[in-house]
Amino acid sequence: MSTIFGIPTPALYGQILIGLINGSFYAMLSLGLAVIFGLLRVINFAHGAQYMLGAFAAYLLLNWLGINYWLALVLAPLAVGVIAVIIERTMLSRLYGVDHLYGLLLTFGLALILEGAFRYWFGAAGQPYAAPSQLTGAVNLGFMFMPVYRGWVVVASLVVCIGTWLLIEKTRLGAYLRAATENATLVQAFGVNVPLLLTLTYGLGAALAAFAGVLAAPIYQVSPLMGSNLIIIVFAVVVVGGMGSILGAIVTGYVLGVLEGLTKVFYPEASSIVIFVIMAIVLLVRPAGLFGREE
Amino acid sequence: MSSAPLLEVRGLNAWYGESHVLHGVDLDIREGETVTLLGRNGAGKTTTLRAIMGILRRREGVIRLRGKDLLGLPLHKVAQSGIGYVPEERGIFASLNVSENLTLPPTVSEGGMSVEEIYTLFPNLHERRSSQGTKLSGGEQQMLAIARVLRTGARFILLDEPTEGLAPVIVQRIGDVLTALKKRGMTILLVEQNFRFAKKVADRFYLMEDGRMVNSFPGHELDARMDELHEVLGV
Repeated sequence: MSTIFGIPTPALYGQILIGLINGSFYAMLSLGLAVIFGLLRVINFAHGAQYMLGAFAAYLLLNWLGINYWLALVLAPLAVGVIAVIIERTMLSRLYGVDHLYGLLLTFGLALILEGAFRYWFGAAGQPYAAPSQLTGAVNLGFMFMPVYRGWVVVASLVVCIGTWLLIEKTRLGAYLRAATENATLVQAFGVNVPLLLTLTYGLGAALAAFAGVLAAPIYQVSPLMGSNLIIIVFAVVVVGGMGSILGAIVTGYVLGVLEGLTKVFYPEASSIVIFVIMAIVLLVRPAGLFGREE
Repeated sequence: MSSAPLLEVRGLNAWYGESHVLHGVDLDIREGETVTLLGRNGAGKTTTLRAIMGILRRREGVIRLRGKDLLGLPLHKVAQSGIGYVPEERGIFASLNVSENLTLPPTVSEGGMSVEEIYTLFPNLHERRSSQGTKLSGGEQQMLAIARVLRTGARFILLDEPTEGLAPVIVQRIGDVLTALKKRGMTILLVEQNFRFAKKVADRFYLMEDGRMVNSFPGHELDARMDELHEVLGV
């Protein structure tokens, strides 16, 4: 069996794939956080709960209404996005004029309530969610076997990340969003309905989280705490990438996922802290993050 | 309705937080007029523009555009009633290129200049249309800030110190642009410290001091009033 640095190559490729999968989720989630933080200046602590809601929405759609995975991939983000819009209109929008800490506390409180409620209803144990039949099995890539569903997750997350990036960088709506991130008052003085833009942005960020949740459902189990386990790492990713940087969030998400996977191969003891070590080093060397602008 | 002013400001009071910064400002501008606000730094000129635009929210009094009350409108509706705003700090966006900066403000009415017309008027902007907005020189940024509102079809423009910190040749260029806009029948409310520049374009002056309008006179009286102005402006 061939080896690299004394590591069997199948194990290495396997961990890189797992790293890519995790990185896909880091990228999608940190992207949403970055978009929301960039425009609303709210650190959305409910992001993990919105991811969990997406997974549960898929689970409930299937088990209560018999709605399949593919439809859930559209309906769950839509539903979570609508809930987020309601939260933004009724609660979050009242906090823009005050210290950012209030937005953080509100979203943190909402996350606790949502996770608590789902624990009460479904218990802390995970619920299984089967991958759709079209995406079961594995393909032989020549150097390794890759489960089809995992390949799909990487592709789908890349499409979503690139699509979101294009939306923000190349469209008129994206130009409003970038400009409002810099100077919301002036953009509104030009006649753009900035309050509506804020609402839609929060809805979009939450919908991205929910989409990631549906993608995650067949890989990780659907559990009330699935989001809070992940969100801490995602915050580290956002800090490394640079708060508010869209490209930074995407690139850092994938890179840190793979680095974490490689650490599992070469020095497993460090795998659960490697991202935080990197975060500490980045904060020392570049406090604004790798892709962030100094303010 | 030609006798009614385009913009009518009556007894305008405004506050920054707790501090009362405008004290009963009255101001009339007729269609097609260019009016310049003079006053020392801190006299309330920029504040008056910000209060008219609705950027400064804590206001009392009357602000009417074509008889329509602006005071109760949310900020984004003010521009939609046909006002273009060129802020003192120019407000060019760093994350947008020149062409994106130019097309950012939504159209507020028919009859705005096309992007092609604007590029003919400002060839520099065309050359640098793919550059990051804030990579332009100060003069080019000011041109861009003005060009940006011409696209929207706004017929009434608030211009806050467009010549500040710019070289004489650029100031001259901006003067030419304003003259061209006047010929097109645009109404302009200008805040300006540069007398010589203001004299060329202004039909009327208002003099502000400590958040109040203290005097108003037609443009041709500027020279005759220089002594009085020197006293108030301390220049």
